Amino acid sequence: MNRKILALASAATICFSTLAYSAARDYISIVGSSTVYPFATVVAETFGKNTKFKTPKIESTGSGGGMKLFCAGVGVEHPDITNSSRRIKKSEFDMCQKNGVKDIIEVKIGYDGIAVANSKKAKRMELTRKDLFLALAKEVPDPKGGEKLVKNPYKTWKDVNPSLPNTKIEVLGPPPTSGTRDAFAELAMEGGCKKIDWIAAMKKQDKNKYKGICHTVREDGAYIEAGENDNLIVQKLEANKNALGIFGFSFLDQNTDKVQGSLVDGVAPEFELIASGEYPVSRPLYFYVKKAHIGAVPGIKEFLAEWDKEGTWGDEGYLTDRGLIPMPKVEREEFATAIRNMQGLEM
Amino acid sequence: MGLPKYTTDIVRAGLEKRYKREAHFRRLGVAAIVAGLIFLSILFVSIIGNGYTAFWQTFIQLEVHLDASEIDPEGTREQNVLAAANYGGLVKQSLRDMFPEVESRRDKRKLYSTVSSGASYMLEDYVKANPEQIGNTIQFWVPADDDIDMLMKGHFDRDKPESERRIKDDQIAWVDKLVAEGRVESRFNTIFFTAGDSRDPELAGIWGAATGSFLTLIVTLLLAFPLGVATAVYLEEFAPQNKWTDLIEVNINNLAAVPSIVFGLLGLAVFINFIGMPRSAPLVGGLVLTLMTLPTIIIASRAALKSVPPSIREAALGVGASKMQMVFHHVLPLAMPGMLTGTIIGMAQALGESAPLLMIGMVAFIVDVPGGVMDPSTVLPVQIYLWADSPERAFVERTSGAIMVLLAFLITMNALAVFLRKKFERRW
Repeated sequence: MNRKILALASAATICFSTLAYSAARDYISIVGSSTVYPFATVVAETFGKNTKFKTPKIESTGSGGGMKLFCAGVGVEHPDITNSSRRIKKSEFDMCQKNGVKDIIEVKIGYDGIAVANSKKAKRMELTRKDLFLALAKEVPDPKGGEKLVKNPYKTWKDVNPSLPNTKIEVLGPPPTSGTRDAFAELAMEGGCKKIDWIAAMKKQDKNKYKGICHTVREDGAYIEAGENDNLIVQKLEANKNALGIFGFSFLDQNTDKVQGSLVDGVAPEFELIASGEYPVSRPLYFYVKKAHIGAVPGIKEFLAEWDKEGTWGDEGYLTDRGLIPMPKVEREEFATAIRNMQGLEM
Repeated sequence: MGLPKYTTDIVRAGLEKRYKREAHFRRLGVAAIVAGLIFLSILFVSIIGNGYTAFWQTFIQLEVHLDASEIDPEGTREQNVLAAANYGGLVKQSLRDMFPEVESRRDKRKLYSTVSSGASYMLEDYVKANPEQIGNTIQFWVPADDDIDMLMKGHFDRDKPESERRIKDDQIAWVDKLVAEGRVESRFNTIFFTAGDSRDPELAGIWGAATGSFLTLIVTLLLAFPLGVATAVYLEEFAPQNKWTDLIEVNINNLAAVPSIVFGLLGLAVFINFIGMPRSAPLVGGLVLTLMTLPTIIIASRAALKSVPPSIREAALGVGASKMQMVFHHVLPLAMPGMLTGTIIGMAQALGESAPLLMIGMVAFIVDVPGGVMDPSTVLPVQIYLWADSPERAFVERTSGAIMVLLAFLITMNALAVFLRKKFERRW
């Protein structure tokens, strides 16, 4: 009986001691994109090893989820940094402002290519963005001609483009919650969609309708949502040589013996070609820092300094070994200055 | 043939059919068990087949000259001087000395990447612990890079054309030379069991996650066991039977079936957003898992109390014990083994849970091993999830390795529950 009371009492003590706890935090708290996660974690680990500060804690919440936590307010219970695989949206920036998160430092860390890949056992595909749009959009222009949309009728790649093989359209890709999916829709599908003149003309008149046509992925089974786990997609591609998969460049880079990246508009997803901007489906990666927390939480300034090093994000920095495509030197310098001057973002 | 005369004739006529049916039913049962065992063995074979190599790690022996003028030019031997030295440079120098033919900058980078990036930190620790070695040339074993490790374990195919594998021809040549010199060894992977998480597979370990799991379970046990037992005792022995207790009972049974993610959302709303506890802390994880395991413990404890025969209660009351004495001196000790069994099964369930922890920030990259219930930490199933999602190839085997460790824990806990039941349970 006594023991039980003791146990309850100790539990209660633990509970109450937390109330006092939230006054301080001695490690950096980072949230955000699962695409930036593999890069941010490496920097965090190196930072933790090389300095006297604790290793930052990094949660993989997705870009949108990260912004929500980040913009919730100022104070140690809120994260200091959020990673994002796209730029902060105006609505998110406004939410931040409303909650008192006034000064935000924006840092671009580099680029990530999105690969469309298939098994090495099959032939390498040579696609255009237009092919990708026609194969994957929910509604496409009527193949019989005319400015009319019909439900996507294409069953095989050959239907889409006679120069492509006669195999079923089967694409494994991330679900709508993923930043990779957003980027794929914007860069690959919209890129192809724009090639059709009358849809491109629609952009000026009815932007929402234009976006709806270009970004909506078909739901009749040709596009298979394979979850956020890119390793799983690679495994499935190995098992099914007719399928194509959509995932980040770092996974292609790690699995070059199993899968090959398709050419998009005649350009292969290779390190140099993504870095030079020739490969069309690549996107910038960012992180955002809460300026009010610099000084309040120890180590943020030093953590930013770890990013801003040639050995980290430079042409031969350790992040390139992980598949990050570095920014051109001029752009790197621009963001390095932003870090040093603690420039707040304006929108 | 007329009507059968005796009932036994009717029985006999149907007998064969009945036997057949029974045999058929037994065969179905055996088939179900066999199917279950097949699936289980497929699971085990694939996990163990993928994962057993994770318990070994390739090490490379370097010949490092601990140059006194590089490490400690003043000869002070002070820890902070030793910490500031460039150990990465010493490791690189050692590799360059072994392969003097490597000249171009690009090739040198490739050469440096044959050993783990953790090598310089290990050398630093060694020098700090053995400052008398400064000035000497030592033979120092460091973990190989994960790609080299994969090559040694046969996960990369040497026969494929160079462009189709991650390991290049010259790297293979270097490794082969090291092997020929006896400088490559496969050792038991102690790092895997003693380190926290890392993005370098060869430096990643499960100790951080295991500690997090342990802390979380301690909190869960401290809260859920007394609360669960007290609830069960009250409901079973003291509470009047009325509409209210019925309602409570229905609710408890319902809670046991609520998906665990719901408890995570509740934890996020109450413990983090309302009370203001820190995210990612084992304390909050333990609180959430307490909510999840409480119904299991209450239901098991009530069953254990119910199985104590009423004669024991009546005898105790008959010799003049108060109701409370009757419960605590006689009923509770007899019901305890059953309660403990239920608690252990609830704990095992909590150990394998990851969904509710997603909401409270325990799905995170955490390198430092947590030292208390307030430190950010993660748990074993979450570590498995994070590794399964990592691009590096060497994490595949480590994922399976971590699954094996988690399974070992679960089997131990369940075996303990069975043991307790066998040893202490009394039947009337």
